[in-house]
Amino acid sequence: MSTAPTREVARRAFASEFNDAGYTFTESDEERAPVYLLLPTGAHANRVFVVGTLTETEDIGDESEYWRGRIVDPTGTFFVYAGQYQPDAASVLRDVEPPAYVAVTGKPRTYETDDGEINVSVRPEAITIVDEDVRRQWIVETAERTLERIEAFEDGAGNEYATMAREQYDLPVENYRRAAVAALEDLDE
Amino acid sequence: MADLRQHAEDVYEQFSDELDIDVDEVEGRFETLVEEYSVPVEEARRSVVNHYLEEAGMARDDLRGGNEEVTIETIDESEQWVDLTAKVVDLWEPRSDAVAQVGLLGDETGTIKFTKWAKSDLATLDEGEVYHLGNVVTDEYQGRYSVKLNRTTTVEHLEDDDIEVGDNESEIEGALVDIQSGSGLIKRCPMDDCTRVLQNGRCSEHGEVEGEFDLRIKGVIDDGRDVHEVIFDQESTENLTGIELEEAKDMAMDALDTSIVADEMRAKTLGRYYRIRGPTMGRYVLANEVEQPSGPTDHEELLIKARSI
Repeated sequence: MSTAPTREVARRAFASEFNDAGYTFTESDEERAPVYLLLPTGAHANRVFVVGTLTETEDIGDESEYWRGRIVDPTGTFFVYAGQYQPDAASVLRDVEPPAYVAVTGKPRTYETDDGEINVSVRPEAITIVDEDVRRQWIVETAERTLERIEAFEDGAGNEYATMAREQYDLPVENYRRAAVAALEDLDE
Repeated sequence: MADLRQHAEDVYEQFSDELDIDVDEVEGRFETLVEEYSVPVEEARRSVVNHYLEEAGMARDDLRGGNEEVTIETIDESEQWVDLTAKVVDLWEPRSDAVAQVGLLGDETGTIKFTKWAKSDLATLDEGEVYHLGNVVTDEYQGRYSVKLNRTTTVEHLEDDDIEVGDNESEIEGALVDIQSGSGLIKRCPMDDCTRVLQNGRCSEHGEVEGEFDLRIKGVIDDGRDVHEVIFDQESTENLTGIELEEAKDMAMDALDTSIVADEMRAKTLGRYYRIRGPTMGRYVLANEVEQPSGPTDHEELLIKARSI
């Protein structure tokens, strides 16, 4: 038991893994209990940190502004949505000229489409324009964290989120190892 | 259970001068209590110690040094029973009724969090005072160590002692993922020895005062495993952001708003990676040295690993 105030860690996952994660859960019945997205490699994410290339922005709101941004990493595309309750993030999406490297800290969100598919997106707490160095650092770091999760997943013993991932998903973690390898190889080009 | 053997050895050492006993006998008592009667180890230890105290005609206070006397820096394993001599550096508000006191202990080698259980019935520890604490248990949470004071703990107030508390110098690296409120261009109370940050021109101690401008950032460094709260003072804030105090004042003057400074700082620093070195104070790391680990990151080794698992 800890009495120190805790802030949720921002997990690192490539877009291919993040978008595969459709299952969310809470760990208590309290009203404001944090919601976690279950990553297929066996980790719970209440917050993520993403760096990639912002390729498109679009205001898809009806009455008020609601901005959608597409952020691309070597494995796929993250979707971020920011509206009136994320004014700082929305104003970055409004003002930026894509393409640009951006860093996003935010909360994972899921919603079910009419045809029953679960879409995963990021609701940003902060978006900033960064440079290519930051993107490279993020790719290396994200590959490292992903591999750590895969190793812990395969160890199995006592890894409750790995157990949960096995129950909830039918997704071989090998896919994410390959994605990490491809992302790292991509840096050499 | 290897664990019981360790406890038995500790207890044996405490009494080996006074009583003619052997470790197996002590371990036997532990086994009876823990394995047959499902008594928690802490409670069993208390009971075993009491038994031998009685047999030897000793008071609990006569017991000394059954455990290893350790320095805070050397605590790197959980569930160890140790003795400590330390000063109460800081007391925090307990967040649970099960906790009587929670705060920070310090010795020459560093600081560590402590929790005193309400059930322990121990005397109240005062801030700034030095104590010898016998029989505390170490604990670990997310890589950070703490000590727990329980019913078997002995507390001796060393009234004439003082300790120069050392810094736990730590180095952290990760992305700056948040800059919290109370950052940027702030005003501090100008009264002697009061450096409180003003809220709407008011000091919580001295009321309305003519504040003095200062720069600071309360940030969060996150490496995807752990989060660390970091405080940048004026100098390190200037280094980090490239915005100096005079410039910050001009910006705020032009905008008729101080919050523009923090906004500008966020735009320049959030989402970047930093390596920070400095002492730990409670939950904060004070950023004495700040570097941006840039340039080509070496990923060859990682790639080899990624291909092999």
